[in-house]
Amino acid sequence: MPVVTRQGQPAWRLRTPRTVLLAWLVWFLIVAVLVWSWQFVSERTIWAFVADAPRQGGDLMARMVPPDWAYTAMLWQPLWDTINIATLGTLLAIVIATPLAFVAARNTTPALPGLRALALLIIVASRSINALIWALLLVMILGPGVLSGIIAIALRSIGFIGKLLYEAIEESDAKPVEAIIATGASPAQMRLYAIVPQVMPAFAGISVYRWDINIREATILGLVGAGGIGLELMASVNVLAWGRVSMIFLLILATVLASEWLSARVRAAVT
Amino acid sequence: MSLGVLRIEALSKRYGRDALALDDVSLSLDGGEVIALIGPSGAGKSTLIRCINRLVEPSSGRIWLGDTELTALDGRGLRQVRRRIGMIFQEFALVERLTVMENLLSGRLGYVGFWRAALRRFPQADIERAFDLLEQVELGAMVDRRADALSGGQRQRVGIARALMQTPDLLLVDEPTASLDPRTSRQIMRLITRLCGERNLPAIINIHDVPLARRYCRRVIGLRQGRIVYDGPADDLDDRVLTNIYGEEDWDTQAATETETETDEGGV
Amino acid sequence: MSTRVWHRPPLIGDARLRWGLSLGFLAYLVLAVGSLEVNWQRVAEGLERGSAFAAALFSPDFTSRGDAILEGFLESLAMTFVSTTIGLLLAIPVAVGAARNLSPLPIYLLCRGFIAVSRSFQEIIIAILFVAMLGFGPLAGVATLAFASIGFIAKLLAEDIEAMDPKPLEAIRATGGSATQTLHWAVMPVVLPRLVGVSMYRLDINFRESAIIGIVGAGGIGATLNTAFDRYEYDTAAAILLLIIVIVLASEYASGTIRGRLR
Repeated sequence: MPVVTRQGQPAWRLRTPRTVLLAWLVWFLIVAVLVWSWQFVSERTIWAFVADAPRQGGDLMARMVPPDWAYTAMLWQPLWDTINIATLGTLLAIVIATPLAFVAARNTTPALPGLRALALLIIVASRSINALIWALLLVMILGPGVLSGIIAIALRSIGFIGKLLYEAIEESDAKPVEAIIATGASPAQMRLYAIVPQVMPAFAGISVYRWDINIREATILGLVGAGGIGLELMASVNVLAWGRVSMIFLLILATVLASEWLSARVRAAVT
Repeated sequence: MSLGVLRIEALSKRYGRDALALDDVSLSLDGGEVIALIGPSGAGKSTLIRCINRLVEPSSGRIWLGDTELTALDGRGLRQVRRRIGMIFQEFALVERLTVMENLLSGRLGYVGFWRAALRRFPQADIERAFDLLEQVELGAMVDRRADALSGGQRQRVGIARALMQTPDLLLVDEPTASLDPRTSRQIMRLITRLCGERNLPAIINIHDVPLARRYCRRVIGLRQGRIVYDGPADDLDDRVLTNIYGEEDWDTQAATETETETDEGGV
Repeated sequence: MSTRVWHRPPLIGDARLRWGLSLGFLAYLVLAVGSLEVNWQRVAEGLERGSAFAAALFSPDFTSRGDAILEGFLESLAMTFVSTTIGLLLAIPVAVGAARNLSPLPIYLLCRGFIAVSRSFQEIIIAILFVAMLGFGPLAGVATLAFASIGFIAKLLAEDIEAMDPKPLEAIRATGGSATQTLHWAVMPVVLPRLVGVSMYRLDINFRESAIIGIVGAGGIGATLNTAFDRYEYDTAAAILLLIIVIVLASEYASGTIRGRLR
C-alpha cells in the first residue's frame, strides 16, 4: 500500500495518484463507448414496437401455454436427425482434429517448416466461425439436409477439439518421451507410447464435452436448412404456431439436459 | 575390439552461447566395467551421458560403441544404435498410465513395427523375457499394475527392467537414487551393479552421492566444469581429490557418516 | 517352462458390459449413417460453388458492399457492448441469489432455475422470441445477448461466491455489518477480479453470437452475411468471414492479456 505525504504527514491511500488517474481514464472510455453504443442501437429501434412489447410478450406466452402435445409424434424423426448431426459431426471432427493437434503441438510437430503454422491457422479459422455460419455456407454449397449439418458441426468442432488437445499434448510430461526415444523407438512409436497414454483422459473429456455442446448447436442448424429439429422450429415460427414452438422448446430442453448429464457422467469417469 | 566397448574422444558440448558444458572429454570403457561419474551439480554429468545416446547433440568430438561411430549416425541408424544402449533415469521416466508390462515392452519398441506396438502384439520371446526380468527385479506380482500405482523403489526397478529389456551392450544410468530414500537407494544401486555383473554389462552411473559411488563402483570419474579432473580407482578418492572435484569442504564428517549410519545424501 | 501369455488388460473389466457397449455403439453408427439421405447429384453440383467460394476467400471484396459491412459490424459491436453491460449488471444480483451461502432457499431455487433456462437454449432460439416481442432490429439482439449473459456470468460468479472462504464473511458480520456492508467488504474484494475476467470472456462470446443472431432478424453483421449468401455474393461473404475471424482473434488476444494482468 502506498503512503502519500500530505502536509508533512504521511497519509494512507489505497492507490497512487497516477493509478487513480488511469482508472478514471479507463472508466471514462468505457462510459463513452457505452453511450455511443446505446445511441446506435436506439436509433435503429422502432420504439412504438417496444412500447407494445409487454402486451406482445403476454400474448406470446398465452399462445404458447398449452404446448401442442400431439405434435410430438412428428418430432421424433427430426430429433433423431439432430442427435445424429451432433454425434456424427463430433466423430468426424475427432478423426480430423487428432492428427491436427499432433502437428500443432510444439513437442510433437513434424520437423517440416510451416506445417505447424498451417495447422494453427486451420484451428483458428475453424474456431472463430460459428457452426450456424458454417451451416449457412454448406447449405449454399451442398444443398439443405442433414449432411450439411454434420459437416458444419465437424468444421466448428475441429478447432475446438484441436486447440484443447494440442494444449494437453504440450503440457504432457517430457521425461517418458526422452525415455522412449532412448530405447530406439521411431517418432511414431514415441507418440504412441509416451504421449497418447498421457493425453487419453483429456482427449476423452474434450470429445464428450464438445459432443454435449454440439447437441445444443445441432438443435438450431435447421434454421438455415441444415437438418434436424430446427427445421420444424422454423416452420412453426413462420406459421405462428406457438403451441408447437413451445412443444419443440420442451423437447430441446429435455434433450440438452440429458446430454449434459451424460457428458458430466463420462467426464467424471475418465478423470 | 581391444580398445574398449565405449570410446569417447575429445567430446565437447556448448548450449547456445553459454560456457562449455563439456570441454574436451575423452574416456574409454571396457567390457563389464561399471564406473561412477561424480561431480557437483552443473558439472556436465547429465550432458555427458545424454551425448552418448545423442539425446543431446554433441558440439564436437567422436563417440564409438564397439565398431560403430555413434556421432556419424542419423535417423534409422541412430535408432538402431540406441537399441543397444539402455538408460535408467533419475525420476524413473515411466509412462505412468501404462501397466508395468507395457512399460517393460516399450524397451523393445526399436525391434517391432508401429502396428505391432500399437496393438501390443509383441513376439513371444519378448514377453518371456519381460516375465523373467520382472522376477529378477522382484516385481512378478505387479505385471498388470499401472506404473503410477507403484512406490518409488518399485518404479525404479521397472525402469531398470525396461532398460535391460533392450539386451543392451551399454547401460547409462542418470542419478538412479536421487528421488529415493537412503535405504532404497542402496538396494537400487546393489541391484544395478549385481545385474550388470551377471551380464558382464558395462555401465556409466552418474551419481551425486560419493559414499554410494565408492561403495558400488571400482572406477570413478570426477567431472568439474565440463572437464575430467579425476579418473581412477574408487579407493584412491581421498580428501585432496574430492576437494579438486567439488571445492573446499570438511570431508571427514562425510566419511564418518558413511561408515556409521545410512547417509542422507540419497534422499536429497 | 510353458509359454506365458500376456494380453493388455481391457479398459472395461466386465466382458459383458464391454461387448454390450461396443455392439451398441456399432449398431447406432450403422443406423445413423443408414438414415442419412444425401442427394449426391446436388452435392456434385455444389462442389463447383464450393470451389468458387474457396477462390473468393483469396480475393475478398470489402468495397462493393462496404457500407453494409461497416454498418453491420458497428451494429454487432454496439450490441456486444450494451448487452454485456446489461447482462453484467443484472447478473450480480442473480449470482448473489444463486449462492447458497448468502441466500435463503426459495430465492436460491428461483435464481438457479433462471440460470438453467438461460443456459439451456441457444442464443438464436431466444432471439426468435425477442424478435417476436420487440420487432426486428438490434434491440432484440441486445435483449437476447443480455439474457444469455446473465445466466453465463451469474453461474460462474455464484460458484465463486460459494467457494469463498467463510471466515471473512463471519468477521464482517461479527463487527455488526449490514447485509450490503457484508457484500461490499467481504464478497466484492474476492469476486471482483473474477468478475472482470468473466465479463471479458463473455464480451468475446457475445461478439461471436452477434454475428449469427442477425439470421433471424436480431441485427448485427449476421443479417449482412445472410443476405450476401442469399445473393450468392461469395466475395462479399468471404470478406465478412475474414473480418469476423480477425475481430474474434483480436478480442480473444485482448481479453487474454487483460485477464492475465488481473491475475
